[in-house]
Amino acid sequence: MAETITLEVARYSPERDAAPAFQSYPVPLRKDWVVLDALNYIKDKVDGTLTFRWSCRMGICGSCGMMVNGEPKLTCATFLSNYAPGPICVEPLRYFPVVRDLVIEMTDFMVKLQSVKPWLIRAEEKPLAEGEYLQTPDELNAYKQFSMCINCMLCYAACPVYGLDPLFSGPAAIALAQRYNLDSRDQGSRQRLEILSQHEGIWGCTFVGECTQVCPKHVDPAGAIQQYKLTAAKEWFKSLLMPWGAK
Amino acid sequence: MAKKPMEPFLWGLFSAGGVVAAFLIPVHLFLFGLAFPLGWLKPPSYASLHALLQHPLTRVYLFVLCSLPLFHWAHRFRYTLYDGLQIKHLNEVITVFCYGGAVAGTAFAGYLLWNLP
Amino acid sequence: MRTSEVNRTTEYTLYHPRWYRQRVSTYWWLWKWPYLKFVLRELSSVFVAYFVVLTLAQVRCLSAGPEAYAEFRQWMKNPFFLLLNGVSFIFVLLHTMTWFNLAPRAMVLRVRGARVPDAWIAGANYVAWLGVSGGVAWLLLR
Repeated sequence: MAETITLEVARYSPERDAAPAFQSYPVPLRKDWVVLDALNYIKDKVDGTLTFRWSCRMGICGSCGMMVNGEPKLTCATFLSNYAPGPICVEPLRYFPVVRDLVIEMTDFMVKLQSVKPWLIRAEEKPLAEGEYLQTPDELNAYKQFSMCINCMLCYAACPVYGLDPLFSGPAAIALAQRYNLDSRDQGSRQRLEILSQHEGIWGCTFVGECTQVCPKHVDPAGAIQQYKLTAAKEWFKSLLMPWGAK
Repeated sequence: MAKKPMEPFLWGLFSAGGVVAAFLIPVHLFLFGLAFPLGWLKPPSYASLHALLQHPLTRVYLFVLCSLPLFHWAHRFRYTLYDGLQIKHLNEVITVFCYGGAVAGTAFAGYLLWNLP
Repeated sequence: MRTSEVNRTTEYTLYHPRWYRQRVSTYWWLWKWPYLKFVLRELSSVFVAYFVVLTLAQVRCLSAGPEAYAEFRQWMKNPFFLLLNGVSFIFVLLHTMTWFNLAPRAMVLRVRGARVPDAWIAGANYVAWLGVSGGVAWLLLR
């Protein structure tokens, strides 16, 4: 194995630059190093001004998402040796505004996530004395896959519709809405449907499917969205044919 | 809902059209577009086709075959124009062109099939 | 413009960083093979529409009498139409295959708690397709 590998990292300083430019850094090519290790090496030993987000370094916090050679990846889970002899191009997550270097502005995602009400909605809360809401393993399996989302936004970086349409809610938000819709303890699917059924909430999705390909937790947001579209269409026809049945 | 959104309905039409197109168009296109003209298979005579067309079920079948796939095209093409050419600002024109086209095609199909001798 | 709650006035906000926003290229779909596959799949709808136009022309000629229909059949033998129909057939097949392969993602079937594998649902669609195609072909070829 070669001694070093070159990382081409996108640098952007809003005070100085009009647009991002690449800077090359040779880093040691260690068998067990991931891109995040390389970035930390650069920050510790070479260039302390490099700015990026990271936290758990084990693929569960969702902080370290970046574009590695044009693909959205968790940098804590992307091994340098897979890209040897390199160079490796590291850029901030696509389709988000860049604040500085590899840090993106994620408020848009936060707003959209909040808008789908990703929490259990009850028409009536059970009194505490009645105990917990019970759920069978089958009821859990109905939504479990969609609950694995770590909000890393790799799916947003892979979704061209999100890049093109500011009104599109995006894969993770819709998958999480579906996670709660399918939860047997939840009674809020009507509320979420009203929000998401608005033009472009989910209808902008054209099932490109890249979101599912890049998801590090195998959430399959594309599947969630298509299932949601089917549900929304069925609800539409039901409300047309049986308007008295509104919950 | 404050205002009834049309998108779920349009997506439903797109879906139905997609199913009809997926199941029926390949065999029709293969037979009438390739196999019969190229002589791979013996084409049905005018008389037998005419006889088939007399049956009202055939006319209904043809109406569905011509109408729903058009709505499938309308919805899909509309989004292809939005995302592929990024002309979403023209969305009124695109919507009229796509769904209007589908409605016109459906109306023409209905007229043709109703008035078959 | 994002539907963001961040302050969006035109007043200068002290120390607020100037974000860099990259415009999405009109040719975004050319730069990655999965995107190009997606666009080809979407374009198959144009050939679906062409089939409808062709069928409507065919029905019109059928209703206009044997000479008109014979003329239609002559048109179909024209190399231009043979090529167009050949290309259309490929795209229509693309539509059918992508539709059946993706259908299981939209319709989750559960039997006694376990999820029916995607391949079974897709497979069932293919089998039904062969059956329906065979039926149509039999009706026309007998």
